[in-house]
Amino acid sequence: MHDQTLTQLARALADGEVSSRELTQTLLGRIERLDGRLNSFISITHEQALAAADAADALRAKGQAGPLTGLPLALKDIFCTDGVKTSCGSKMLDNFIAPYDACVVEKLKSAGTVSLGKTNMDEFAMGSSNENSHYGPVRNPWDLDAVPGGSSGGSAAAVAAGLVPAAMGTDTGGSIRQPAAFCGITGLKPTYGRVSRYGIIAYASSLDQAGPMARTAEDCALLLGAIAGHDLRDSTSVARGVPDYRAELGESLSGLKIGLPREYFGDGLAPEVEQAVREAIKVYESLGASVHEVSLPHTHYAIPAYYVIAPAEASSNLSRFDGVRFGHRCDAPSDLIDLYKRSRDEGFGSEVKRRILIGTHTLSEGFFDAYYTQAQKVRRLIRQDFLDAFEEVDVLMGPASPTPAFDLGANKDPVSMYLQDIYTIAVNLAGIPGISVPAGFVGSRPVGLQILGPHFAESQLLNVAHQFQQATDWHQRRPALAEESA
Amino acid sequence: MMQWETVIGLEVHVQLATKSKIFSGASTAFGAEPNSQACAVDLGLPGVLPVLNEQAVAMAVKFGLGINAEIPEVSVFDRKNYFYPDLPKGYQTSQMYHPIVGAGEVEISLDDGATKRIRVHHAHLEEDAGKSLHEDFHGMTGIDLNRAGTPLLEIVSEPDMRSAKEAAAYLKAIHAIVTYLGISDGNMAEGSMRCDVNVSVRPKGQEAFGTRAEIKNVNSFRFVERAIAFEVERQIELLEDGGTVVQETRLYDPEADETRSMRTKEEANDYRYFPCPDLLPVVLDRAYVDHLRSTLPELPAEKRARFESQLGLSAYDASVLASSRAMAEYFEVVKDTCGDAKHAANWVMGELSGALNRENLAIEQSPVAAEQLGGLVARVLDDTINGKAAKQVFQALWNGEGGGEANAADAIIEAKGLKQVTDSGAIEAMIDQVIADSPVQVAQYRDAEPDKRGKMIGYFVGQVMKASRGTANPQQVNALLKEKLDQA
Amino acid sequence: MALEPSDVMRAAHLARLAMNDVDAAGYVDDLGRILAMVDQLQEVDTHGVAPLAHPLDSTQRLRADEVTERDQRDHFQRVAPAVENGLYLVPRVVE
Repeated sequence: MHDQTLTQLARALADGEVSSRELTQTLLGRIERLDGRLNSFISITHEQALAAADAADALRAKGQAGPLTGLPLALKDIFCTDGVKTSCGSKMLDNFIAPYDACVVEKLKSAGTVSLGKTNMDEFAMGSSNENSHYGPVRNPWDLDAVPGGSSGGSAAAVAAGLVPAAMGTDTGGSIRQPAAFCGITGLKPTYGRVSRYGIIAYASSLDQAGPMARTAEDCALLLGAIAGHDLRDSTSVARGVPDYRAELGESLSGLKIGLPREYFGDGLAPEVEQAVREAIKVYESLGASVHEVSLPHTHYAIPAYYVIAPAEASSNLSRFDGVRFGHRCDAPSDLIDLYKRSRDEGFGSEVKRRILIGTHTLSEGFFDAYYTQAQKVRRLIRQDFLDAFEEVDVLMGPASPTPAFDLGANKDPVSMYLQDIYTIAVNLAGIPGISVPAGFVGSRPVGLQILGPHFAESQLLNVAHQFQQATDWHQRRPALAEESA
Repeated sequence: MMQWETVIGLEVHVQLATKSKIFSGASTAFGAEPNSQACAVDLGLPGVLPVLNEQAVAMAVKFGLGINAEIPEVSVFDRKNYFYPDLPKGYQTSQMYHPIVGAGEVEISLDDGATKRIRVHHAHLEEDAGKSLHEDFHGMTGIDLNRAGTPLLEIVSEPDMRSAKEAAAYLKAIHAIVTYLGISDGNMAEGSMRCDVNVSVRPKGQEAFGTRAEIKNVNSFRFVERAIAFEVERQIELLEDGGTVVQETRLYDPEADETRSMRTKEEANDYRYFPCPDLLPVVLDRAYVDHLRSTLPELPAEKRARFESQLGLSAYDASVLASSRAMAEYFEVVKDTCGDAKHAANWVMGELSGALNRENLAIEQSPVAAEQLGGLVARVLDDTINGKAAKQVFQALWNGEGGGEANAADAIIEAKGLKQVTDSGAIEAMIDQVIADSPVQVAQYRDAEPDKRGKMIGYFVGQVMKASRGTANPQQVNALLKEKLDQA
Repeated sequence: MALEPSDVMRAAHLARLAMNDVDAAGYVDDLGRILAMVDQLQEVDTHGVAPLAHPLDSTQRLRADEVTERDQRDHFQRVAPAVENGLYLVPRVVE
């Protein structure tokens, strides 16, 4: 049961082969048994899950089940979930029971899905390895010495280990695609504005976007259909119809023009990763696609621009954590300044503080134009690179990450850690959608192929990924840990 | 002795009269239980997002149109970052670089009836903060966030005012405009309008501005005048003693009638403004702005001009009557009911304003409705009653007599028998009686030189009016008396 | 643009983060290297390029002026560290 896709489980539920309660119990048992080694969950919502499963089974008995009714999944601990601890991986919110549901959570609940719990993550989604969590690092199910990637590392590890068939993540600079690549699963970052950000604890508001992480593109299509759509509570959410993403999964790739950005195959790319990606592209050629070299000339400036814009927004977004209305408050503050400074010093981890300081510094008087305004100009140039490329080709392909999952503790230096996101970050600056699909291994560690499309081209991206998964079986590989019996 | 010139600029914060907050659906009603109107967005809970209130935008644009300002096509919200307990998100959403209202101007009228134009630099939308309560929490401060997120329009003037009186007149003019437009209740006691005053002095004739002090959060017309008066004196004294003015924020204490430095250990703030990533640029198309323009009522300056040119009122009367929408509307009803602008103006500014002032009532609270006062003035104009009786009728109306209908004046005139006696037969009979009863006075009158008689006739008029219980038409009495006394 | 310890202390104060001199020295190193990386932005010729604040060229949607929220004070204050009589409590603010 645990190694099936969401789509397969939906069929099993529909056929009465299994009930949602049985499925939920099985997976809760697996979490209990296996997650001690992975640390992929922060909270397991045992009782709520069983209640939701029973409700789903009751609905099905009445003949009122929808396509997702009774399907289990997990939520990154960044989604506010009514009545459930929502920590964002931070000590700051260790005591925070969210008083409302995020839009994504509402939609998933009303679709009848069953959330098993909240997954581990880099604190406030700041990180690429999941080592920045207050709740400890997550380990990669393929190799316990390796990181699962971040910041949605808990979601990626949980799916890869067969603890849940799917999980929700968020992606600000690669936080869905990179952990999906590291853990050998499929992860989609939709177009900015496609999914409501309401109730997602903000890291960098102009970059954050939620998306599904699952075993297959088909499962991602199923979930995206459930969470996408206009939300009146999010001014940046886009009023645009939601297509039936699964209906478009049968399209032939004959005539598809694939662009390979020159800059994505340069220095720093591990040769084995490059080889896996080039093999994958050959598969596409065999499916009738043509390959063209393109250029994204400002790629090199994506990380510098991101590390101005994201920390600037974060420094402001995280000001609300002040120990007054919710969250951590220091003991016996002597005065107001002491309350603020100690609560925040104690509540935030070092990477979060680093980014708050960078953002505060670059926004301050005398630095604002040189940093922030310049970064926004460069952001426009980066977006233009993509718009120009999509004049020539339908999709872009390349590695999701320059290396496979690295060892825990291997990247002590913040800058070298930041440089890991070289292939994912520009996508967020441009607001375009991207998907990572399993495309091979380097030793025991998976490699992800990243596919990028124009704004709102999710249907096409999902189909392109799906066709690959029809022709390959990388997405069907499971880590040994997932197959251990009790 | 050096001659000093005062230079004043005002930042006026006007709470807009929307039903809900600028970025959330919580109520803006005043006086609710603490934090009962602070929703998730107002509290800045993790994950919440702002959505802009359409009426806040419409009201800001109306204000801009009302001061003939340019309305830029695009305006942008920025975050002003600082920590304060009444500021839940740690930033105030405001407009730093691209405000919704561009440069405009406001006409103020001074006591002598003269007018002056004060330039407005811009006006921008922002959210109000909550309130800190310092009492009764065993040394702690209590925070009420009901006010947080109430829409504010901040109107920033150029430093065009040269006296405390001009500053007060400007504030009154802004008050009149926003209440005319119905975009604010203008209630200063409840904080619907507050202002920060920038004051500096410079030697007369010098072009460069002096160093200014900012007096924060002044909340009445009177306090604005007094705070400036104190501050100007303080600065001049300081400079004349060879000192310098420090650029700083000061508070006006109405009890002590002085301004005090807000000495804080804090260094100068750095607000780190940047465009709010949760809100998109606000784009106003021409058709929308033109539509709003078409809904604007006549504003104080236009009204004042019309009262002068079309109704023939004096500059002073016109400016008093146009000073508030309620006053102007009241006056126009009186005028339309009685058909005579000057008489209407005299009654509104005289008898009515006097009575209102005595009882400390606003014109909206007048016990005499405008139609009733108009009905009364009409009876004076058509000679139904004389001036003396009219005052009696007014007093009766004030006391709620006459049944409360629009024609209450007529009912009172009827009930009290105040109709003027214009029947010359009846008046003649009364005159004959008075002449018969006053042989001594008649003889004196007739012995007097003709040019002295004018004064002496007053006695007889008084007697006849008394006999008529005030209802005789005084002009008629005068004429008939003259005729009869001069006969012999 | 070189980073001084005083820059870090200043940013920490603006951001209300407790910071002693020892911490600051560590951050000067980290932040200095991050800023050096970020400084590459200065190489880009952005003459005539408008800043991009949002990835999509959309405009703000306006909400009807309606009261849609009800009083949830008790619910929201359940997660508050210190409240009394419906008010959030903080150490005394001196004005």
